Amino acid sequence: MRNVFNVKSLPGLLANYALVLSGFFLVQCTPKNTNEILIGHFASLTGTEATFGQSTEKGIRLAVDEINAAGGIKGKKIKLITMDNRSQAEETNAVVNRLIEQEKVIALLGEVASQRSKVGALVAQPKKIPMITPSSTNPDVTAIGDYIFRVCFIDPFQGTVMAKFAFDNLKVKRVAILREIGSDYSVGLADFFSKKFKELGGEIVTDLSYSNQDVDYKAQLTQIKSKKPEAIFIPGYYSQVGLIARQAKELGLSVPLMGGDGWDSPKLSEIGKTAVNGSYFSNHYSNDSDDPVIKDFIKRFKAKYNEMPDGLSSVAYDAAQILALAMEKTSELNSKNIRDQLALIKDFHGVTGKISIDKDRNAQKPAVVVKVDGATNKFVTTVNP
Amino acid sequence: MQDLLQHLINGLSLGSIYALIALGYTMVYGVLQLINFAHSEVYMMGAFAAYYSASALNLEARPGVLSLMILLFVAIFFCSCLGVLIEFLAYRPLRKAPKINVLITAIGVSLFLQYSAQVFFGADPKVFPQVLENTTLFTFFDVPIKSLDLSVFVVTLVSMILLYLFIFFTKYGKALRAVSCQIQVAPLMGISVNRMISLTFVLGSSLAGVGSVLVGLKYPKIEPLMGLLFGMKAFVAAVLGGIGNIPGAVIGGLLMGLSEEMVVAYLSSTYRDALAFGLLIFILIFKPTGILGKNSAEKV
Repeated sequence: MRNVFNVKSLPGLLANYALVLSGFFLVQCTPKNTNEILIGHFASLTGTEATFGQSTEKGIRLAVDEINAAGGIKGKKIKLITMDNRSQAEETNAVVNRLIEQEKVIALLGEVASQRSKVGALVAQPKKIPMITPSSTNPDVTAIGDYIFRVCFIDPFQGTVMAKFAFDNLKVKRVAILREIGSDYSVGLADFFSKKFKELGGEIVTDLSYSNQDVDYKAQLTQIKSKKPEAIFIPGYYSQVGLIARQAKELGLSVPLMGGDGWDSPKLSEIGKTAVNGSYFSNHYSNDSDDPVIKDFIKRFKAKYNEMPDGLSSVAYDAAQILALAMEKTSELNSKNIRDQLALIKDFHGVTGKISIDKDRNAQKPAVVVKVDGATNKFVTTVNP
Repeated sequence: MQDLLQHLINGLSLGSIYALIALGYTMVYGVLQLINFAHSEVYMMGAFAAYYSASALNLEARPGVLSLMILLFVAIFFCSCLGVLIEFLAYRPLRKAPKINVLITAIGVSLFLQYSAQVFFGADPKVFPQVLENTTLFTFFDVPIKSLDLSVFVVTLVSMILLYLFIFFTKYGKALRAVSCQIQVAPLMGISVNRMISLTFVLGSSLAGVGSVLVGLKYPKIEPLMGLLFGMKAFVAAVLGGIGNIPGAVIGGLLMGLSEEMVVAYLSSTYRDALAFGLLIFILIFKPTGILGKNSAEKV
């Protein structure tokens, strides 16, 4: 009874381990199907930002299916290999390594959260595998190296958009900030918003923070309430923002809340219920638009998944389409050539607007501001760079 | 003044939940001298049991006290069964083993439950059904008093008092105290030790079940790792109050909630946990057995 940890089984364990290892090498030696182009996608399919990864995967999958149905690239079909990082940075490192070393992908797509995109980029850059992040907006991500691209706008732009929107459209002068400390995305966005808003002549009445694991934000909100702001900027992710909005309402705070593309999830209104109504956030696109390209995309997306695409699905769709275009244009299909072609992308008319890749490998494109109204996001305005 | 009052109410409401979970830790420690790390996972599982039964019975469409009672019953029943099962499968076989073995097993059970929950329920956060409207009961100096905050506070105090009365004024309570005092001698007095220990787990886990539903209503985002930080804070609250001591757990919980709230309100929100835990270390330096703990304390 006492001998819980049986020492005798240790050699057995080692033998098992060796067996697993040899199996691992066997897998590596099997010849790859040369009629396929392997593309890796690392995503948060589960965990705290699960809907981000799932939305992104839907967008990419739709693009890949459409490209394959139209004959593929240079006569070869794309094979998408998606791996889950459980919304964790450590797991991302392992998953991206596996995609490159073991699965031998030629290019990578991923992540939404800037922190995890950075982890992925740090693995991909030294191995010279081109990586496109569909929706990481923190400027540092593409600064990691010349193989890292993005097809979304960056936080200085997004922060500027919301600051301008607050000052010009909402006509508020006093704003409080509540940021998630420990999130590159949230901290960056809050800083850029704050800088621009002060430049315009507004006042940041207080700047508070919360951490990832918190569920109670009443202390911060009570403090914010005492400063009497006209709006609150919360550049966090949807699952926390939902709770924050509820608790703000419980405390009788009824000023508009504002945020960034991290709010874009159906869970926002599921968690926040009516408390999130009337809030504004900047996003990659609005499905409430008249653009025929968007309308057609929504039709195809609905046919496949029987639901409306969100901003992340759309920008992920564009990321996959841009990658396909770059691959098509290469003289010979390898990682280096794909990188060179990606850098040349100009005026690509995607679902999320006209996209051009600039010299810092960021996308030049417009942002939209939407208003939360139940489960739908109403289009308010478009802001060009 | 109004802000301070609001901060006090927020802190008390948060602290009540810590206290409710802390009671479970303190009960088991009092009887077995075991830190039951799986307690926070019992609490998490309770929230999921309530979540799934609510969606199966479509209770969200019929909010009200009846639906709340059903959820509480489900959570209490499920948590008690789980608590007893954990004790039976994981701790009972190690009853005569050194304490450290049981402690490691407790950590193992905790991890096992966390990650099984991720596999079975998925790791993405779920929205807890809102079966009770959180209304403003009355305003006190311009500060709204919410029905949920008040009910959490009342439930915690009532649980503490009932538990206290049970342990000091009933025959079962006397038997529990006997087991806690001399586990070898208690059977000689005709007390079934295993039965008493199961009873401890039933009581502690029931409180976790109540806590899980109240937390679900208050912070309607449940996920498999929700017990981790909450459980740790509740455990520290139990230590702070003097582990093994029932009123101590409640005082520790309330103090923990209030100190966290005050740290965010008047110092810095960035260092919330660091400063809150720092304060506790400070108190324990001067009173190592906790606020109400005595060196030869009569345990539960």
